[in-house]
Amino acid sequence: MAPDLRTRLGGTELPNPILTASGCAGSGRELAQFTDVSKIGAIVTKSVMLAPRAGRPTPRMAETSSGMLNSIGLQGPGIDAFLQRDLPWLLSRGARAVVSIAGSTVEEFGERAARLAGAAGVTAIEVNISCPNVEHRGQVFACDPVDAGAVIEAVRARARPEVPVFAKLSPDVTDIVAIARSCVSAGADGLSMINTLLGMVIDTETMRPALAGLTGGLSGPAIRPVAVRCVWQVSQALPGVPIIGMGGVMTGRDALELMLAGASMVSVGTAIFHDPSACARIVRELDEELARRGVEKASEIVGLAHEARAGRRS
Amino acid sequence: MTPARPPSESGPLQVRATVLTVRRVDAYHAITAVAPGIAARFRPGQFVAVAVGGPDTSMLLRRAFSIHDVRPDHGGTVEFVFAARGRGTRWLAGRRTRDVLDLVGPLGRPFPVPRDPVNCLLVGGGYGSAPLFPLAARLRERSCTVDFLLGAASGDRVFGALTARRTGRSATITTADGSFGVRGVVTDVLGQVIHDARTDVIYACGPMPMLRQVTALARRYDIPVQVAVEEAMACGIGVCMTCVLPVVGTDGVTRMVRSCVDGPVFRGELVRWDDIGTIPFDAFGAPGWEPRPRRAAAPDGGGARAGDGGEDGARGGDGGARGGDGARGRPGHGA
Repeated sequence: MAPDLRTRLGGTELPNPILTASGCAGSGRELAQFTDVSKIGAIVTKSVMLAPRAGRPTPRMAETSSGMLNSIGLQGPGIDAFLQRDLPWLLSRGARAVVSIAGSTVEEFGERAARLAGAAGVTAIEVNISCPNVEHRGQVFACDPVDAGAVIEAVRARARPEVPVFAKLSPDVTDIVAIARSCVSAGADGLSMINTLLGMVIDTETMRPALAGLTGGLSGPAIRPVAVRCVWQVSQALPGVPIIGMGGVMTGRDALELMLAGASMVSVGTAIFHDPSACARIVRELDEELARRGVEKASEIVGLAHEARAGRRS
Repeated sequence: MTPARPPSESGPLQVRATVLTVRRVDAYHAITAVAPGIAARFRPGQFVAVAVGGPDTSMLLRRAFSIHDVRPDHGGTVEFVFAARGRGTRWLAGRRTRDVLDLVGPLGRPFPVPRDPVNCLLVGGGYGSAPLFPLAARLRERSCTVDFLLGAASGDRVFGALTARRTGRSATITTADGSFGVRGVVTDVLGQVIHDARTDVIYACGPMPMLRQVTALARRYDIPVQVAVEEAMACGIGVCMTCVLPVVGTDGVTRMVRSCVDGPVFRGELVRWDDIGTIPFDAFGAPGWEPRPRRAAAPDGGGARAGDGGEDGARGGDGGARGGDGARGRPGHGA
């Protein structure tokens, strides 16, 4: 029998636990040319800012071994255009929309949540407190438990009560569990991890940094073990808190690995640049991986690696 | 050759395409692959994004190449041209007949074609001339005359010179080392060629500095110019926001637009060549930029914003300090 991939996200039932990662699926329209967006668990949108934003100068990208650096800087049309154009389009296609929001002050995050509260059809809010490509890297909220908690509290207070709020965490911290705990205490319904790692490439021909923004966020399979570790640590410390795991997932096997570590949902990011139909393929592969292990429901294997005798399961 | 999903009538496809031939063309390589859906939808100026390195590759980004030719054999084939000078392109050069490539295409906006029979000058730099040949065929169908002006560093890097001589009304070649044609660069002779050919419209593809100069000269002669730009891309389909450049819209507002889906073809005079590699201070959404109505509605925000605005100067300086243009190749070149 085919495994049951259905997954709950707040009040919404997703057909499967595979999501797009924020910033990797555009507005959804671009991917719809290659894949049926309604068959993806949910589309996590590019982080929405209050005002339109031009982002960082080019070059914005550098390929690395099994990864890439990006330095986009949250380019986007702003929340008005998003609410008027992108969100209705996603809903019209039968997709479930998880809206990622970003801001530079606690108040801005709260205001964004309030604007979203006026919009119907938002499955969940992912609060991007960890984008490495913003002006004041030192002020990335996800690096400080108090700041992270303050943002989550502001968002939780102004979002619709039935819409779950997920905090997106950075791996570039000494103790991710402390940040996670603070976010949950502040009212986060779940956690998304991991955002990209801050990295840098120097072009040895020009002898200058390869990116105009100097540093960028490292993504791709190169960071997957970091993601597995973060999900493992947080799910061990905070059992029962839903986790959207992400970081270098290219295949169904990779998604399974993050679920075994404790993620109940898995986002696919950089893989989409390589393969625009990656999400559909990964859903199919995950289905096969679970079937081969005789798993009936995807939810059964979430966090299974924490069980002492997991390896003896037949 | 299986489309990933039931294809719509237009728009790009993702296909597994069997390689028919890999051949050397002077300093470059050309791959012809069987991709009927892409061939059927192709219009000159569009490109394909090619996955490199095979399964489990460590190279995650697709390489983008202009489509040089489509043919009806085997149900439809596409050919693209590249220089094997990075890890990904060397892998491509090592493909053999019957290997399978993962292609996405046709991508991007094609060259607009004039309604009336006019004199068209096609200007190419290096293998940037590749997309000009299917364009020439389309223009001739429209009873336009086609003149070529092709340039490169050396004779073996002028792509398609013989085809240009055979099919163009005229073909002028320039090389920096003088090994073929006129010694110099295309813009040295552009004015003379425009004069001799009575050029009405210019189409250009090649390195960014060449496109910038061709645009400047075309403006001087008051001739419309369509350019196909070369920006580094990661996905080719409009999701990654990597390949942006500042372009003026019909409303007069500069936006950071994606060369993969909003281009690669632009009207030359709308590209802000001097500002490529920067975020111009007046670009839509630039630091400090704010939508006016919201600002009026939220006077409290003013103080907090002042600090952001102060960064404009520092940002603008990035462009001058960057020496990257020389290293920037065709989409995907670098690796």
